[in-house]
Amino acid sequence: MKNNIYWKKNIRYITILLSLWFIISFGCGILFVEELNTITIGGFKLGFWFAQQGSIFGFVGIIFTYIFLMNKLDKNFKK
Amino acid sequence: MDLDCSWVKFFIIHRNCNLVARASTKEFYVAGGGVHPIANGMATAADWMSAASFISMAGIISFGGYDGSVYLMGWTGGYVLLALLLAPYLRKFGKFTVPDFIGDRYYSNTARSVAVFCTLIISFTYIAGQMRGVGVVFSRYLEVDIVTGVLIGMGIVLFYAVLGGMKGITYTQVAQYCVLIFAFMVPAIYISFLVTGNVVPQLGFGSSGADGVYLLDKLDGLHKELGFHEYTSGSKSLFDVFCITMALMVGTAGLPHVIVRFFTVKKVSDARKSAGWALLFIAILYTTAPAIAVFSRTNLIETVSNQPYDEMPEWFSKWETTGLLGFTDKNEDGLIQYNADTTVNELTVDADIMVLANPEIAQLPNWVIALLAAGALAAALSTAAGLLLVISSAVSHDLLKKMVMPEISDEANSLQLVLLLLEQYVWLDGLESTPQDL
Repeated sequence: MKNNIYWKKNIRYITILLSLWFIISFGCGILFVEELNTITIGGFKLGFWFAQQGSIFGFVGIIFTYIFLMNKLDKNFKK
Repeated sequence: MDLDCSWVKFFIIHRNCNLVARASTKEFYVAGGGVHPIANGMATAADWMSAASFISMAGIISFGGYDGSVYLMGWTGGYVLLALLLAPYLRKFGKFTVPDFIGDRYYSNTARSVAVFCTLIISFTYIAGQMRGVGVVFSRYLEVDIVTGVLIGMGIVLFYAVLGGMKGITYTQVAQYCVLIFAFMVPAIYISFLVTGNVVPQLGFGSSGADGVYLLDKLDGLHKELGFHEYTSGSKSLFDVFCITMALMVGTAGLPHVIVRFFTVKKVSDARKSAGWALLFIAILYTTAPAIAVFSRTNLIETVSNQPYDEMPEWFSKWETTGLLGFTDKNEDGLIQYNADTTVNELTVDADIMVLANPEIAQLPNWVIALLAAGALAAALSTAAGLLLVISSAVSHDLLKKMVMPEISDEANSLQLVLLLLEQYVWLDGLESTPQDL
């Protein structure tokens, strides 16, 4: 039972984080790149920025979020 | 150019790292399973960032513009899959290699042999790319033909891998990461400061140059003028970009020499951490590469386009010697016409030379150029070493020990390694490939 809850939470984290992963790379960097390119921040067109910079920063953020969430989950279930 | 001295120093540092890092036969495959996640992350970064990342990627982006994003997103996005879906579970299973996992999990020696076969194919192809990278470096600095450069590089890697030993490769790779990231960042920061006044290259390529025009806008303009596609929008179709990115992401998550690194940590949670640190260390280089691409592209076009051939700086003729840069004066006006239209275009530039030529084009001091060469070698050698380890463990552990002759001793395994290296040498001899293919 306990394991079951742990596993379900883990799957939930993974689903949410992988959706984010898809949105920042395939969404912002590829599928909607033209639309986002109409917005410029500094010298960057936003879509281009996501494809060459933003997505990579996002990936790092996603993995560290997952590490944080899972460590917390591990701690809760050790009690 | 005074490069000899830095070469020598570079090799001595590496040799020493290897000697210090030697460990017992027991620790051969997974370094005893006690590597700290940060160290493991750094080692993974060096292991994985190859000559392709160091030398070729910025060059490819520089010619492809937005099209080059497939490599940036594809090669880093795979780490998310690795950290969330693969690494923790492989670590939990607690085996040495991927074929081990597949063979034991699915109770099948056939599955195991398929995994061994895949591992070998991936590793051999990949290592060939490293050789081309080392070849580019040698061909330029020894001013020889690219083929000769590859041959020299091969000899050195063979010599280096046999002498240095493969045990405790982790700490060697940590040192190699430091060398390669320093070598990559210094010229990037230098050029970013020169061109835009901003010392952070990631911000620099979105800033404006001395003329007040945003760098990316200026490059888009230059590209249009010469008939190329716009830099920030690229020429590949949406479907191509989507599929290539997806393929590269999934492929990255499955690289055997990267996966094996997650077996070296103590706990499952450390495997997750390692993946995070690895991507962070990789991201430093990967977010800088597109900046270098923009700087080098702008500098190249401004230096050569419609300029007289006789007044080209020294680097031009030196790269011509390698055969990676070529000029044919089609309309015989003595000027270099660089154009997307192949009937008018008189200049051919191999994308692989952009990172190495960049500091020369921007007229940075010689020590920066030497540093880059050292970094490129560190990148290629660390990857080659990681791959050789995977190849040798696939053959001696998975194939021989688990399948063909279970009674084999560890000493015989070491003998195997030497034989393999020789085999590799012969195999590569007949091979000429480019990092772009990988």
